[in-house]
Amino acid sequence: MDFSNAKKLLELCDSNGMSISEVMKQREYDEGTSSKEEIIKKMRRVLEIMRNSATTPVNTPMKSMGGLIGGEAKKLNDYSQEKKNIGGAVLSKGITYAVAVLECNASMGLIVAAPTAGSSGVVPGLLLAMQDVYSFSDEKVIDALFASGAIGYLAMRNATVAGAVGGCQAEMGVASAMAAAGAVELMGGTPAQSLDAASTVLMNMLGLVCDPVGGLVEYPCQNRNASGVANALVATDMALAGITQLIPFDEMLETMYLVGKRMPVELRETALGGCAVAPSACNACGICG
Amino acid sequence: MPFISVFDVLGPNMIGPSSSHTAGACVIAFLARKMLGSKPKKVEFVLYGSFAKTYKGHGTDRALLGGLMGFGTDDVRIRDSFDIAKKKGIEYKFTPNSEVTDIHPNTVDVCMEDEKGKRVTVRGESLGGGKVRIVKIGEVDIDFSGEYSALILVHKDRPGMIAYITKILCEHSINIAFMKLYRESKGNKAYTIIESDEPIQNTVKDDLYKNEYISQVMIVQ
Repeated sequence: MDFSNAKKLLELCDSNGMSISEVMKQREYDEGTSSKEEIIKKMRRVLEIMRNSATTPVNTPMKSMGGLIGGEAKKLNDYSQEKKNIGGAVLSKGITYAVAVLECNASMGLIVAAPTAGSSGVVPGLLLAMQDVYSFSDEKVIDALFASGAIGYLAMRNATVAGAVGGCQAEMGVASAMAAAGAVELMGGTPAQSLDAASTVLMNMLGLVCDPVGGLVEYPCQNRNASGVANALVATDMALAGITQLIPFDEMLETMYLVGKRMPVELRETALGGCAVAPSACNACGICG
Repeated sequence: MPFISVFDVLGPNMIGPSSSHTAGACVIAFLARKMLGSKPKKVEFVLYGSFAKTYKGHGTDRALLGGLMGFGTDDVRIRDSFDIAKKKGIEYKFTPNSEVTDIHPNTVDVCMEDEKGKRVTVRGESLGGGKVRIVKIGEVDIDFSGEYSALILVHKDRPGMIAYITKILCEHSINIAFMKLYRESKGNKAYTIIESDEPIQNTVKDDLYKNEYISQVMIVQ
């Protein structure tokens, strides 16, 4: 069982009465080299690393190697503990976990690239927050990760997930689309709704540039992981409310790819444009001088 | 098109912050160590391009040193690799080189010396997503990824060498997936790199060394 685009994925789901995660698991088994048990075991390890990286910095703040971030997860957690947060529980926990993963990553902790290291906070951020709030089992979250994986696979296959090729929209945009598709499945939505949510995210993050200060995976990357969770949440709620999208995921992915290829090189991970060249960013970084 | 696994999407499991500047750097040094084939005593890392500019903030230095000590990309000891190297008595040095610019932006030369004074220099490029390419050993341009089990042979450039090597591999039931030949100059030192789908057993080494013209056999897997 394999698929080359979202249209074929949807056909497989419909004709076999399967969810996206079931198709993705079957594909991994049919086309890869691992047994079904090994596949689940590996994903269990992915979830374990995600959980550690999302929770450790909440209690133990970590200063980043480049010195631009550190301690944000604890601040967000303290703030929501005091019930001051305006966003609901899922959003508050989601952004806390997302910035925590980036804190862990930037201080040389162990993370899972999802799909990249710079965007590694979005998928665990949203899915772990939903698990906390709705008490989903690990098995359910693991299924959601396979559904997220299907979106990331299509992006890697038919477009790009590299900031150097397609800007931040390709990294954070895809990560957020992955999170949305997983979240929809976790909430009992249909495969079509998962793909609509993923399409919505790519639309809403279209054109986002990759402009890391000092060329480091720290700032604004950490902020954008939090916004990736928010965007995924918006798209998930819209899809589950029954709003369908005019532009299907395959077309939106191609659109994102075309926009990425038209971005000037200064805005594709080179640290030569965007936030990276704002005066305050240049002062803080000091690499050039 | 090669198979894209769900664990290529949700993965690699890695020590941050960057798949190219941290995980990739670790893999290059890991492969370099295998190519040295013995315990490194001294090492100098010469960093080029983006590596030279951002190596501290990306922990490229710690990752390189960790890889040299045999740590994988998901080994949490990478963060403490300076201390671990000191305890092991490994002398290390990082030299940024900003003068050479016509080079892949994430390039490093790993110049190693073992306890007996044997020196090997390996150049690697980090291509993104943790993928790497070894492009030079000593003064000879080569190309291998480390994704397959590899056998690297240093031998004299003379007739019959390839026939001898492939015969030994045949006797050990090793299927050759890719094979590349390089040489410094006609009749002098030559390199043969063989990549295989299966793991390569150490016993192959003994049989290969029976040929007087083979001076070094390295297994990298």
